[in-house]
Amino acid sequence: MKTDLSISDKPLELQACIDWVKDNEAGGIDIFIGTVRRSTNKKKVVRLEFECYERMALKEMEKIATEIGEKFPVQKLLIHHRTGVLSVGDIPVIIAVAAPHRDAAFGACRYAIDTLKETVPIWKKEIFEDGEVWVAAHP
Amino acid sequence: MKVEILAFGIAKEIAGAPSFYFEIEEGGTVNDLKQQLEKTFPRLKALSSYRIALDSEFAGEGQSIHHHSEIAIIPPVSGG
Repeated sequence: MKTDLSISDKPLELQACIDWVKDNEAGGIDIFIGTVRRSTNKKKVVRLEFECYERMALKEMEKIATEIGEKFPVQKLLIHHRTGVLSVGDIPVIIAVAAPHRDAAFGACRYAIDTLKETVPIWKKEIFEDGEVWVAAHP
Repeated sequence: MKVEILAFGIAKEIAGAPSFYFEIEEGGTVNDLKQQLEKTFPRLKALSSYRIALDSEFAGEGQSIHHHSEIAIIPPVSGG
């Protein structure tokens, strides 16, 4: 399996991700694009701020890739995550998977985003018009 | 011994800095460190959870901390 894992403070390039993951041996490509939504619990979001412990985050992303290699027959896996300040509609994460068959592509893509949200040390703060909150920090 | 601790996300705000020096007992464990941190920064106790990473790996509560370890406070992650 080929992998492309990265964290960047520059805007993510969707088309470049699709071009990289395309593979003539693949029967399908599955892509998850995370986007910054306009509101949370009816509160208007002004912006999101992402920060990351980069050395550890890349290691945890490598672990996800290893697990996917063991669990799903996929040819290519790409995980790109953004840091810094993002506005509504911006893309904080792209996951792209190429596999011979769609079950593996869907399964691996879902596994990657679900696990990333559990284990990769990246944090986001939601800034509203009247306050701010570190997502998931408090019960 | 004096160690440097990295703090991220809300832990950075609680500590008031992205990294700080902290005095811990020689041979102490992750659990000992958490208890000392919570004495100095009681707001850590209000978090859903938080973990300690040693050398950029999640550490178990009983793991000992060495002088040369890179220590980080990892509050609940929220990427994606």
